[in-house]
Amino acid sequence: MTSDRLRQLLPAFSLAVLLISVFYIQPRTMSYLGLNLLFNLAVPIALATIAQMLIIAVNDLDLSMGAFVSFVACVAATYLRDTPLLGVLILAGAIGVYALVGILIYVRNLPAIVVTLGMSFVWGGLAVLILPSPGGAAPDWARWLMKTKPPGIPMAIVASILIAGIAHFLVMRSSFGVVIRGVGGNERSVERAGWSILWVRAAAYASAGFFAVLAGILLVGLTTAADANIALRYTLLSIAGVILGGGEFTGGRVSPIGAVIGALTLTLAGSFLSFLRISSDWQIGAQGAILIIVLALRVLLNRSKQGAGD
Amino acid sequence: MPSEKSVIALDGARKHFGAVRALDGVDFHVAPGECIGLVGHNGAGKSTLVNILNGGLSLDEGTIRISGEPVDAYSVSRARQAGVRCVFQELSLCPNLTIVENVRIAHRDLGRSAWRKNAETLIRDQLGKVFPGHTIRTSELVGNLSIAERQMVEIAIAFLEISNPVKLVILDEPTSSLDAVLANKMLAYVRQFVAEGGAVVFISHILDEVLEIADRIFVMKDGKAVVDSTASKFDVASLVQAMGSVVRENERRDTTTNAGEVAIALRNGSLQAHRGEIVGLAGLSGHGQTDALVRLYLENTGDWRSHRNNQVAFVAGDRSVDGVLPLWSILRNMSLTLLPDLTRRFFVDVARERELGKLWRERIAIRTDDMQNDILSLSGGNQQKVLFARALASPAPVVLMDDPMRGVDVGTKQDVYSMLREEAGKGRTFIWYSTEMDEVRQCDRVYVFSEGAIAAEFAGEDVTEENIIRASFKEAAA
Repeated sequence: MTSDRLRQLLPAFSLAVLLISVFYIQPRTMSYLGLNLLFNLAVPIALATIAQMLIIAVNDLDLSMGAFVSFVACVAATYLRDTPLLGVLILAGAIGVYALVGILIYVRNLPAIVVTLGMSFVWGGLAVLILPSPGGAAPDWARWLMKTKPPGIPMAIVASILIAGIAHFLVMRSSFGVVIRGVGGNERSVERAGWSILWVRAAAYASAGFFAVLAGILLVGLTTAADANIALRYTLLSIAGVILGGGEFTGGRVSPIGAVIGALTLTLAGSFLSFLRISSDWQIGAQGAILIIVLALRVLLNRSKQGAGD
Repeated sequence: MPSEKSVIALDGARKHFGAVRALDGVDFHVAPGECIGLVGHNGAGKSTLVNILNGGLSLDEGTIRISGEPVDAYSVSRARQAGVRCVFQELSLCPNLTIVENVRIAHRDLGRSAWRKNAETLIRDQLGKVFPGHTIRTSELVGNLSIAERQMVEIAIAFLEISNPVKLVILDEPTSSLDAVLANKMLAYVRQFVAEGGAVVFISHILDEVLEIADRIFVMKDGKAVVDSTASKFDVASLVQAMGSVVRENERRDTTTNAGEVAIALRNGSLQAHRGEIVGLAGLSGHGQTDALVRLYLENTGDWRSHRNNQVAFVAGDRSVDGVLPLWSILRNMSLTLLPDLTRRFFVDVARERELGKLWRERIAIRTDDMQNDILSLSGGNQQKVLFARALASPAPVVLMDDPMRGVDVGTKQDVYSMLREEAGKGRTFIWYSTEMDEVRQCDRVYVFSEGAIAAEFAGEDVTEENIIRASFKEAAA
C-alpha cells in the first residue's frame, strides 16, 4: 500500500527534485517571470501528452502526434487567423479524421503504430503544403492567451493546473473516461456489458485529436509564427511524458495529473542543462536519462511491493 | 414444460464451428423460480450454450424465445435488456478500474448524474446481501483484490438490479475460487433469489453442490442434451454415469506397462513418466494441466544463461498463439528446433534441411506439394502435423503435448495416434494433456487433474471414461 502511494508520488517527487536543483543553481528563476519562462513551453507539450495518454489508455500508440500538432500550428498561423470560419472547419475536420483513424484501426484490426506512422507523413505533407517556409502569424487571441499575466501565479502554472484538472475529470472521474480505461483494461468485459467498442475507440481518438488541436494553437500563441516542423519532437516527448507520469503502455493504467507533471519535468530538463552551461545538444540525452532513472525507481518500488505481497 | 412462462427458451438450437458440432439440436427452457444445474464433460457444449444464452454467439439454426416472444436479432445488449446476466468462468473485470468503476462498465442503465455515489451504495448493499460480513472496500482497484474477492465482486455485480429487472443469472463455476464459507453464503443467496422468482443456470464441477442447489439437472454430451429432469432423481453416482457414454465399448489398444527407468518427473515427485510410455493428463480443462506441462518443461530445460539441451520438446496447443510462425514457410516452421544440428560453420545447411523436410513430409503425410509454401496455406490439421514434426524430428527423448488436437479432423488424429505409438515403441516418452476422452484412452497411464492438483491416477484397464469423469468432478466441496 505504501509503495503504491510512493509510486503515485514519484512523478511529483522527480519534478520537485529537478525544480529545487534549478532554483539552487539559478535563484533568480524563483520569481513570477522566471517560473513563467521555465514552464511556458510546457503548456502545449502538456496538452499533447494528454492527447497521447488518451490513445495509450486504449492500448494504442500515436506516432503522428508531432506531425499533427505541427499541422495544427500551420493551420492556426494561416487559416485560423485570416479566415477563422474556414480554420475552425479544417480543425474540426482534422479531429474527425482522428476518430476515423481510431475506427479504421479497430475495424481492420491494424497495428496502431503502423497506421499512425503513416498518418504522420500525411499530416507532415499537409503542413508543408500550407506553410512551405516558416511564417504565418498567430491569431491575436491565442497570443493574448499565452501572454496574459494573471496576478500572483504565472500563466504557465495556471494553464498546467487547469489542463491537469480538466483531464483528470474527463479521464478519471467521468463515465466516459471509465469506459475508455475499461477498454484498455479488459476490452472483452466492456463488450460483454453491451458497449460499442467501435464508438468508445472513436471517441478516445477524437478527444485525443481535440487536445492535440489545443496544443497546436497554444504553441503558435507562444511562438507567434509557425513552421511545418515546429513540433516534430512532440511525438516522443508526449509518450515519454505519459510514461514518466506513471502511465503504462498497456492495461489502461494512465494518470492525467502525472502526465502533465511528466511534461513539465521533461521541459525543465532542458532548462536545467542550460543553467549548467551544457550545450542544448545534450537535451534529448538528458531527457532520456531522466526517463531511465524514474523508470528504474518505479521498477524498484514494484519489486518491493511484490516482495511485501509474497 | 409450459414454454409460455419461460424466461428464455431455445428450441432445436444448433451451432457448428467448422466440422465440430458444438450444439446439435438442443431444447433448453428456463422457467422463473427455477435453478438448473448444467453439467457435462469437456467439449459437451456447455460454454457454447452459455454464450448463446448471453447473446455472445448467434445460432446457426433454431429459435430463441424470451417470455414466449420469438426474437430474431438476439445480441448481448438484447440479452441484458431481457434481464439475462452472466458470471464467466475466467474472471472478467477490468483490473485497472475500481470496483465502483467496474459497476459503471457492467451496468449501462446506471444514470449519468451522480453515478459514482449511486454505484457505490448499490454495490455495497449487494455485496452485503450476497456475502454478509465481507470486508471489501468499494473504492479499491480490482487489480489489488485477491482472486476470491474478485469473484465475489463479479457475482455481486451480476445480481445487481438497477432499472432492468434481473431475470436469469448464469453462474459458470462461481465457487471455483471461493472457500466453503463464502460458497455457502452465495448458495444461500441463490436459493433466496430463486425463491423470489428469479432463474439461475448453475454450472459447477462439484456435483454435490449442483445436486444441492438445482431443481432440475440438464446433462450435455457431444452437443446434445442427454438428461433433462428433476434433480431429486439423481445422486452423484448416477450423474457421473449420465455424463459418460453408455454404449461405447472399450476399444483400447494393448498397453505396454513397462516400469522401466523414469524418463522425466516433476521435482515434487507428483508426476513421473517412464521410458516409452504415453502418459495422459486428463480432467476438466483449465485445472492445472498446462501449468504442470510448463513446469515439467522449465524444470528440465536450462534457463537463458545455461547451455541448451535437447531433453524435452513441446507441442503447443494454441497453434496460432504459441505454435506457428505465420510468416515462415512450412519447412522453416518444421526445422526450427533442429537448427543447431543443421548448422555448419554458422550457416544453415540448406540441402540437409530440405532433405529432412522431404523425409518428414512423407512420414507424416503433410498435404502440400512444396515445403517452401507458406505455413498458412495448410489446413489447421496439417499445420498441427508440422508442429508434431518439429517436436518429433528433434532428438529429444521426451515430448510434452498441450492439448494439441483441438480442431483437428478425425483422419489427422488417426495418423497422429499411430505416429505416437510408433515413436513410443522406439522408446520415446510422451506426456499428453488432452480434453478429449478418445485421446486419453490412447494413453498407458493417466493423471486426472482437479483444482490445480492431481486427483487420481489410472493405469491400463482402469483408464475408463467413468473413472476419469468421477475423478474430475468432485463429490463435495473442500
